[in-house]
Amino acid sequence: MESQEFTELDLNNDPFVVAGRTLSSRLILGTGGATSLTTLDSALTISGTELTTVAIRHFSSAGAGNVYELLQRNNVIPLPNTAGCFTARDAVLTAQLAREALETDWVKLEVIADEHTLLPDPLELYSATEQLVADGFQVFAYTNDDPAMAQRLQDAGVAAIMPAGAPIGSGLGILNPHNISTIVSRANVPVILDAGVGTASDAALAMELGCDAVLLASAVTRAHNAPLMAAAMRDAVRAGRAARLAGRIPRRDTALASSPAEGMMQTLVGEF
Amino acid sequence: MTSINIIFNSQQVQLEAGTSLREFISAQIGKELDADSKAVDGSKLGVAAAVDGAVVPRSSWNSKVLEDGHSIELVTAAQGG
Repeated sequence: MESQEFTELDLNNDPFVVAGRTLSSRLILGTGGATSLTTLDSALTISGTELTTVAIRHFSSAGAGNVYELLQRNNVIPLPNTAGCFTARDAVLTAQLAREALETDWVKLEVIADEHTLLPDPLELYSATEQLVADGFQVFAYTNDDPAMAQRLQDAGVAAIMPAGAPIGSGLGILNPHNISTIVSRANVPVILDAGVGTASDAALAMELGCDAVLLASAVTRAHNAPLMAAAMRDAVRAGRAARLAGRIPRRDTALASSPAEGMMQTLVGEF
Repeated sequence: MTSINIIFNSQQVQLEAGTSLREFISAQIGKELDADSKAVDGSKLGVAAAVDGAVVPRSSWNSKVLEDGHSIELVTAAQGG
């Protein structure tokens, strides 16, 4: 993919294709944690995201469909999640309800092992993946940063692999960049870095490592100034993507001067 | 009138016997629904329903008559990562 022919102009035409759909933004903004719908509205608009996660929860006439209406108004595609599910059974039911409610067969599959770490339970995740793929869903699988598990999920037919950079909401960044690189290098479906992003450099690193997109929520919605952080994330994802495509220089153990050694002034020669 | 008790989103609710799921949801979301459970005003509903832990597709809301002891969950999109 890296090419010397790639120009900045091309970056404006660098579509992200996932589950048969073409998106122009590689930033997926989750809606969780926003203090108000007004703040969320601004953050979504500034981020330029076209896809955003939502949870599936009890309907209340008091808050009738506010988030759904907000997304429809902004023309943002909803990606329902199964957050809060601890078993494959609950996750499958939630996905089926989401499909009915939001008229989409896309689902961000989260099956959590425990409330302390919020890390995925690999066995329940795999079981739910098999059931949902068989039921025609496009599964975006939230998984540990484990290359072996990512391979299993890919073989099971997921639409995208979503490895965690760090625990949900921790803001610890990407704890194991090597694993993320390994997952990327073996993937033939999009890899979306999900969870753990704390600030813009984390999002840029994810893209530099070769991820196809970044999903984040808390880093924006819980920032002191959410719309400003949304702008930072938008630019970071774009910068990281450009750096990945540009091809970084190899790391060296010793310095390598960038100024020429030839043509030095006579009086200075030999002083080093 | 004969009444029944159901559990709706974890709360006990009393209903008139013979109420269909379509009628019940229409009242909850404040939208008039046609026989296919589509909003008469053309808007999207953004909700889904499960009865006793199984999804009831919108096309079956009209024929699904609620019975005493049924547990109904009505869900929609909420903020979430």
